[in-house]
Amino acid sequence: MSSLLIVAVVLVVASGFGFWDKKRAGKIRVKNSSQNLISSHEIGSELGENATVLQFSSSFCAPCRTTRSTLASVISHYPKIKHVEVDAESNLDLVRRLDIRQTPTTLFLNSAGKEIARAVGAPKRDQVFEALARI
Amino acid sequence: MIDARGPRWSAGLTAIVLIFALLTRSAALIIIQLIQFGIGAFAGPPKSPYAWLYKRFVQPRLSKTFESEDVRPPQFAQLIGFVFALVATAGALTHTWILFTIATAFALFAAFLNSAFGYCLGCKMYLLGVRLRRG
Repeated sequence: MSSLLIVAVVLVVASGFGFWDKKRAGKIRVKNSSQNLISSHEIGSELGENATVLQFSSSFCAPCRTTRSTLASVISHYPKIKHVEVDAESNLDLVRRLDIRQTPTTLFLNSAGKEIARAVGAPKRDQVFEALARI
Repeated sequence: MIDARGPRWSAGLTAIVLIFALLTRSAALIIIQLIQFGIGAFAGPPKSPYAWLYKRFVQPRLSKTFESEDVRPPQFAQLIGFVFALVATAGALTHTWILFTIATAFALFAAFLNSAFGYCLGCKMYLLGVRLRRG
């Protein structure tokens, strides 16, 4: 009887976590940090004139592909915003400095390279527009 | 690259085996699961018994077009499963049921999340693992 209860508790807690995580994925979190600016040197690419959308990916990650196409299609509306994708595994110093914990993680940078917002997990189109509006 | 549905299907079978292991306190079932995790972790998920079942009986009935994924994250996940199953097996063989129950419950939590929600705990922990390993 008690092991039946344990199975039930595990499945209920896991379901709760699963739904919570699905809801959370891609959510835009506004950053107010005093962290150092991110330089074009660090990401190996020039910053965008108005803003840069910096995507951290790993070679194997399926949601990273989704994120890439979502970001590309949104950003095509803004010629002065640049989409830069970096491989997390080969940029571990930057990953540590910015505390990137999983891929995809997307950072929204202003023209100076300051992080304004970030999205952990694949963001939806509306969420990308929302983040860009904050810059 | 492998069929991304394979690891998810295997996770479903793993969850069912683990539920029965918890309910019956069966050392045999947890050892079967330990062998599955061990082969998946050290020889690669496509060589594991559940993957063989998937390819033999399930894949032929599914659509020919599918999402593919890199083999490394599921392999990493199998390694995490292997560690939990090893602890659970030690618990079962020494009749330390509290140890068996906790370890099996954690493995069930991860396997259920993977199969029901497509949540890959190993994938999310992979970058953290890389960060620690090359610290």
